[in-house]
Amino acid sequence: MNTKPEIDKLIEKYKAKKGVLIPLLQDVQSIEGYLSRENMKYIAEKMGIREAEIFGVATFYSMFRLKPLGKHIIRVCKGTACHVSGANNISTAIRNVLDLKDDEDQTADGFFTFIEVACLGCCSLAPVIMIDDKTYGKLTSEKVSQIVKSYYK
Amino acid sequence: MKQCIIKIGMASCGRAAGAEEIYKSAEDHINKHNLDCRLMKTACIGMCFAEPLIEFIMSDMPDITYGRVTSEEISGLIDSYLAGKPQEEKVIISRESTSNFDIQGQENDSLKKQTRIVLRNCGIIDPESIEDYINRQGYMALQKALKEMDPEKVVQEILASRLRGRGGAGFPTGLKWEIAANSRIGEKKYIVCNADEGDPGAFMDRSVLEGDPHSVIEGMLIGAFAIGADEGYIYVRAEYPLAIKHLKKAINDAYERNLLGKNILNSSFSFDLHIKEGAGAFVCGEETALIASIEGKRGMPNIRPPYPAESGLFGQPTNINNVETFANIAWIILNGSEAFNKLGTERSKGTKVFALAGKIKKSGLIEVPMGVPLRHVIYDIGGGMKENSPFKAVQLGGPSGGCIPASKLDTIVDYDSINQTGAIMGSGGMVVMDEKTCVVDVAKFFLTFTQNESCGKCTFCRIGTRRMLEILTRITEGKGKIEDIKKLEDLAEMINKGSLCGLGQTAPNPVLTTLKYFREEYEEHIIDKKCRAGVCNALINYSVLADKCVGCTACARVCPVQCISGEVKKPHFIHQNQCIRCGACFNACKFEAIVKK
Repeated sequence: MNTKPEIDKLIEKYKAKKGVLIPLLQDVQSIEGYLSRENMKYIAEKMGIREAEIFGVATFYSMFRLKPLGKHIIRVCKGTACHVSGANNISTAIRNVLDLKDDEDQTADGFFTFIEVACLGCCSLAPVIMIDDKTYGKLTSEKVSQIVKSYYK
Repeated sequence: MKQCIIKIGMASCGRAAGAEEIYKSAEDHINKHNLDCRLMKTACIGMCFAEPLIEFIMSDMPDITYGRVTSEEISGLIDSYLAGKPQEEKVIISRESTSNFDIQGQENDSLKKQTRIVLRNCGIIDPESIEDYINRQGYMALQKALKEMDPEKVVQEILASRLRGRGGAGFPTGLKWEIAANSRIGEKKYIVCNADEGDPGAFMDRSVLEGDPHSVIEGMLIGAFAIGADEGYIYVRAEYPLAIKHLKKAINDAYERNLLGKNILNSSFSFDLHIKEGAGAFVCGEETALIASIEGKRGMPNIRPPYPAESGLFGQPTNINNVETFANIAWIILNGSEAFNKLGTERSKGTKVFALAGKIKKSGLIEVPMGVPLRHVIYDIGGGMKENSPFKAVQLGGPSGGCIPASKLDTIVDYDSINQTGAIMGSGGMVVMDEKTCVVDVAKFFLTFTQNESCGKCTFCRIGTRRMLEILTRITEGKGKIEDIKKLEDLAEMINKGSLCGLGQTAPNPVLTTLKYFREEYEEHIIDKKCRAGVCNALINYSVLADKCVGCTACARVCPVQCISGEVKKPHFIHQNQCIRCGACFNACKFEAIVKK
């Protein structure tokens, strides 16, 4: 996909303002769901910022992804309330269903991306996960396995 | 015919509990029968445990709120209310009972025990309506500041109120404003709202931004006027999409009414306000890191001095306050510092919002005057423990705070009293733990968090937290040595002394407080290889009670490593050397035949 025309438009929008690198990267990321090496290089050239600086910012903040996302994104809340309500077991159960090894965060077929995130703010429903935009609360290992499996149907 | 107003709580927590479907069902029912009802979206009144919530208001009828509503019962609730026969047993809050009704909401008492300044409008107004805010004395404080006061007087009023920063450290807000006001007079200045609420277990800033964004904008306007700033930023976590949406709408509406922009309310004061979305870095809650992040850099803290008041955003004098601090300002200007001073203790004035979570019955958001004991917050307002397991500790102040044990429950809500326990007030996250919570595991949890979020600038924070985490992991896996406790304490001291910002300085707190109050549990993990809460997987064993097992095979079927053997209708057996202690069999057994030891 040629994303350059879209990036050009974004650069035009931000060019004259100060402190714009983060919002610019956020907008560029929203085109493809991640920041490709190529796109970061292109921004560096166009904005006159060193490539290393862009890469430094992109790796500092957890919202920037350097790899493409799966079709569905599972976010497991790792807030305190969820932790004391057994979020670790929820993670293990999901990872078992998805057959993810060690530090893998994506299924081989690219169907699911698995991310553990800071508090989702639904502490009274702990433990909580989000799949795409939908929140599921008061989970058990069994319930969550069924929920994840239901996406394959 | 009189109109009925129906409000549905649509903050993040309400939506997660299904408020959107409730709204849809209510809308369908009203349209289908052409009812004279006005459906409104409001935000969070703080009773997350009872979501979704729906409120009914109509003249000659009591104003009531139902909790835990399902979409199937919506039409029944609307019809019965319109017919003048509310379903009393389901009411959780009732206001202004008329002579014909005497409905006592189940949660009336809990609300009565609170004093709401910061949350004064949350869950009451439509956060997307500037008119709603204005109808409740909104922007009157700004008008008063601009027309009847001068910047000096505003600073004096906030000084006199003795309001302290609600972000955690408790620095006097008035003093901060005075320093910023006197810094490089006549030059460009900035005011910044820190809404980078990253503490796991804290959600009060999100609720205020979602539920009453104008109160924060008004606080910022008054602050900007006081220090002489003409531009401001709200730095908000990108993980809070609804808060950002409501803020954007609020800022646009304020511009349209000349409450932002040039010559506000025909005065000589002008102010522009922008939103800056964070990109997911906890350290950006530290003010110098936050400034770096707004400037588009990696959010790493800088050495102070120079303080932001002297040289902050883009090198200009900058004043930074937290969301909750700003939400107090308009109330103080309008009601006077004396009224504010009446609430609280000698050194901590006003109220504090807490986010109650964990093993507590009524999790949600509450606001109490400073000076009340923690016991009152947890038992009288929070309803006590959720399950029958006894109270063990409460974690205050998130990853920078500490665990307060049952013996210290009479500690009062006050910056200094809480500091004495080894915890901190922090932003107000309060996570309640019971006997089924392992404190070593909780300390490990917080350290995993800070270790992950350490920006890497200071060696002690970067490497020290990692070493501490390794030791804690070892202990929870039953491989700890007794000298590890001393090592943890030594590392904690070094990290505290050798780190530039609050993240590193306070990172060891959860370990230090749990060591202080629950040392014997650490020793049990190390010497007896035992986790009394049954949380640390490596230290627990699952076994089958032969006399209770009916041989249903449920456990063997769920075991992911096939380590359970046995014939149908005969007692089963768990092979310990293959068991990964996932607990699947324990959860699957319907006969309590599997025990965890």
